[in-house]
Amino acid sequence: MDILVCVKQVPDTSEIKMDPVTNTLIRAGVPSIVNPFDKNALEAAVQLKEAHGGTVTVISMGPEQAKAALKECISVGADKAVLISDRMFGGSDTFATSYILATAIKKLGKFDLILCGKQAIDGDTAQVGPAIAEHLGMAQMTYAAKIQVDGNKIVINRETDEGYEVMEGTLPVVCTVVKSINVPRFATIKSKMASNKARIDVLTAGDLSDIDPTKIGLKGSPTRVKKTFVPPRRKSGIQIKEETGKDSALKLVEKLVESKLI
Amino acid sequence: MNIGDYKNVWVFIETAHGTVKNVGLELINQGKILAEANQEKVIAVVIGKNNDTAVKSAIEYGADEVICVEGDEYQDFSTDGYTNVMVKLCEKYLPSVILVGATNNGRDLASRVAIRLQTGLTADCTDLGINDNGLITWTRPAFGGNIMATILCADRKPQMGTIRPGVFKKAQPDATRTAEVIKEEIKTPAESIRTKIIDIIKAVEDSGVKLEEAEVIVSGGRGLEKPENFALLRELADVFGGAVGASRAAVDAGWISPLQQVGQTGKTVGPKIYIACGISGAVQHLVGISSSETIIAINKDADAPIFDVADYGVVGDLFEVVPALIEEIKKLKAC
Repeated sequence: MDILVCVKQVPDTSEIKMDPVTNTLIRAGVPSIVNPFDKNALEAAVQLKEAHGGTVTVISMGPEQAKAALKECISVGADKAVLISDRMFGGSDTFATSYILATAIKKLGKFDLILCGKQAIDGDTAQVGPAIAEHLGMAQMTYAAKIQVDGNKIVINRETDEGYEVMEGTLPVVCTVVKSINVPRFATIKSKMASNKARIDVLTAGDLSDIDPTKIGLKGSPTRVKKTFVPPRRKSGIQIKEETGKDSALKLVEKLVESKLI
Repeated sequence: MNIGDYKNVWVFIETAHGTVKNVGLELINQGKILAEANQEKVIAVVIGKNNDTAVKSAIEYGADEVICVEGDEYQDFSTDGYTNVMVKLCEKYLPSVILVGATNNGRDLASRVAIRLQTGLTADCTDLGINDNGLITWTRPAFGGNIMATILCADRKPQMGTIRPGVFKKAQPDATRTAEVIKEEIKTPAESIRTKIIDIIKAVEDSGVKLEEAEVIVSGGRGLEKPENFALLRELADVFGGAVGASRAAVDAGWISPLQQVGQTGKTVGPKIYIACGISGAVQHLVGISSSETIIAINKDADAPIFDVADYGVVGDLFEVVPALIEEIKKLKAC
């Protein structure tokens, strides 16, 4: 089976700090990583390929530096990587991004399965996977914690608020995955060195002749960021630190009773 | 049609096995504020096999009108079936705004509907307002909760957003309220629903209290040291009839199911009381609990960032504090 995986290079949001003076994000020195959920998607793809044969292609939309993310994907099992990159794509929201990715996927060929992480950790929208499915007219299966493929039948365990649904579909589908689906493998020194030499193809707006220029970039995006600000933080209240843990607990209960919380 | 032809605020009422999820009812309350600002109505949209309970709840919690679509094919949520219904309804009634709970099903559905309607969608909002032009201001956390962004969808309709559960409060239900219920007949052929649920695996922790619905949540983090220690938190949660949650660190360590994760990539909660035990309080966790009415933190490390947001911060060993707390509260409850 031929599998396509969509990945995004993101800043490691757990490493982001705020500048206490200017109250802005300190972006310098924040490492760029492959979106963690996309690594799970890639691992799922590689495992399916190992079980059923076929190919794994990864694509990413982003600037030239996103090639590093794609090389990392090759080092852990992707066969081929394509960067979708053009200045005209800049400022795209999820609508425009998913349209560009879907147009690129059509250009790249037919895939039995398109896998995405459930969301990217910088935007956290969880929209691009389903949106690609709609642009391509494909069925979608989201939040997969397990994927089984048998012939053209696909069965997933889909995460819900209460547990899991076992959901069945027919390939081709777009499927998004959650973290618990697997533990992504690490690259070996050898695979890493090989991936450094790998060729990353680039598709620009000019290569996507079908693309509608009114649907891409900032101009093609229905949503627009109006402003950004630092979230107002809650203020801290009473601190309790008695001699022993038990005394602290008693004090806490006393305070809670005073405030009629219990 | 003109952009000015689009009117009213719609709220998608999500149900699961016949019960109404809180988030839809919360959004009716907030939707009403937005609708009234533009002299419009808040309209609940209910899709399912038997919608009587959901329709009744929507009215009790403040919907000015309900649109109800029933059919055997809508017994379970399906992307294809529900998208078909939402899109057909939108084409007929031209809503100005659609609010959907940011649950897994809500995010799945809204993404698809927005593309089919060729409109903008803002995900996982934590605040909604209205600007001078009557447009919705969609505010959401980004970059792991480090910054907030306010987003507009100025030139397309409907304006769509998913909103995290728990950030808005439900109204007091009023069983005497009445509202018009519009029944729409929309069929989706079986072959157009390309996915099928063949089994359900329940995995919620034993007590059955869901994080999103709980009034009290007791959460554990790395400070719990090992998975068995969640039993202690379970005991404390039981005293309150509450639910057990966890930080990402505890989930990543494999100590508890990912379904219990609270935070940016887990669930957003807004309980009356949130008790964080052995959780340091990374910004990704804090963004998931900021709607809690009262936050209690128990941590050994007096410098832990969780204390910056806690209404009651107990600096101490949770293995001493929590058992004493359980004992004291039990005593109080026995009186």
